[in-house]
Amino acid sequence: MKRIFGFSLALAALAAVFIAATAPATDGLKIGDKAPDFKLKGVDGKTYSLAGIKDANGKAPKGYIVTFTCNTCPFAVLYEDRIIALNKKTSIMGYPVVAIQPNDPALKPGDDFAAMQQRAKEKNFTFPYLFDDGQKVFPQYGASRTPEFYVLDKDMVLRYTGAMDDNAEDPAAVKVNYIEMAIKYMENNQAPNPATTKAIGCSIKVKKS
Amino acid sequence: MIRLFIALLVTLQLFASCKSEAQSDAPAHPVVAPSAMLGGIPVYSKFDDFEHWLHFDNDTTYVVNFWATWCKPCVEELPWFEQLHEQFRDQKVKVVLVSLDFKKDLEKKLLPFVQSRKLKPTVVALTDSGYQNWIDKVTPDWSGAIPVTLIYNARKRAFKDDQFSDYEELEKMLKDLKI
Repeated sequence: MKRIFGFSLALAALAAVFIAATAPATDGLKIGDKAPDFKLKGVDGKTYSLAGIKDANGKAPKGYIVTFTCNTCPFAVLYEDRIIALNKKTSIMGYPVVAIQPNDPALKPGDDFAAMQQRAKEKNFTFPYLFDDGQKVFPQYGASRTPEFYVLDKDMVLRYTGAMDDNAEDPAAVKVNYIEMAIKYMENNQAPNPATTKAIGCSIKVKKS
Repeated sequence: MIRLFIALLVTLQLFASCKSEAQSDAPAHPVVAPSAMLGGIPVYSKFDDFEHWLHFDNDTTYVVNFWATWCKPCVEELPWFEQLHEQFRDQKVKVVLVSLDFKKDLEKKLLPFVQSRKLKPTVVALTDSGYQNWIDKVTPDWSGAIPVTLIYNARKRAFKDDQFSDYEELEKMLKDLKI
């Protein structure tokens, strides 16, 4: 018995080490967490926060699609038109898109505020394109790459996070749009499934301290 | 209390036995031929066919870097992987640069890049765009942002989920793993 006990303890210790070693980083929002609101400047010069956002009908949203994206990442560029199309479709349903540019322009000059303004104008963005000046907001969300998406409900509780869809390379080959699927679940008062997905993207450029 | 403790022990034992069973039953990672070869670069269109590159079980330490020609910080740190390849060439270290460039860019961008830079380390292309299905198989610690680097041998694995700050950081990670 004593031997088994010792063996078990060793196993427990081993299990603890194993779990610690394989646990992913826990920074940022988890499904069910309330997302922090923010005050960020948009390309139109106005300051935006989630609390003040309205949907395409001028009503208080049923939810929010917050995306961290930028001008320069080729993957983000691949999703530019898809974000525009998504907002067109979902804002009417009560789920407007809010885009936030998280890169430090000192490291990515193509992502500075003037470049953001120009890009938004060229592409006719119909959603706020905000600058995370000082890089305070994206770490609270736990964003690590562009593009990355967070679907919040009307109470700003995180319901889905990850990729927009399952094919970055070819929009025509997309089989699942995870965001639209998440909204469908939410409309039926169900938890989105999957609630999280992963995709390749550009790491968010942070000033080295 | 004692009962609870015994229950806990039993649970742990079960957990342990399940685990060891799972390990012995775990499928090996057979070496699968690439879907295509492009100027000497093996191209894998399915992650499962590529996966054995992450699980060689021998006396070599593998430095596996995920990158793409479009990824600026990835390209910035490539010279350090070339330097590492030179420095450890006689020491059972193999540097593998896994390009995640799109299929349509392999001939136009990846191949000219590799050839014009005369990249010495092994370059492999992985074009499986079903990212959601395989990112966690590399390691659950990976969010999907690149560059990232996995260094492993038969005994240990280590993962760097960002660009290295300099060559020394990369070299240290390799040396720590080789000990």
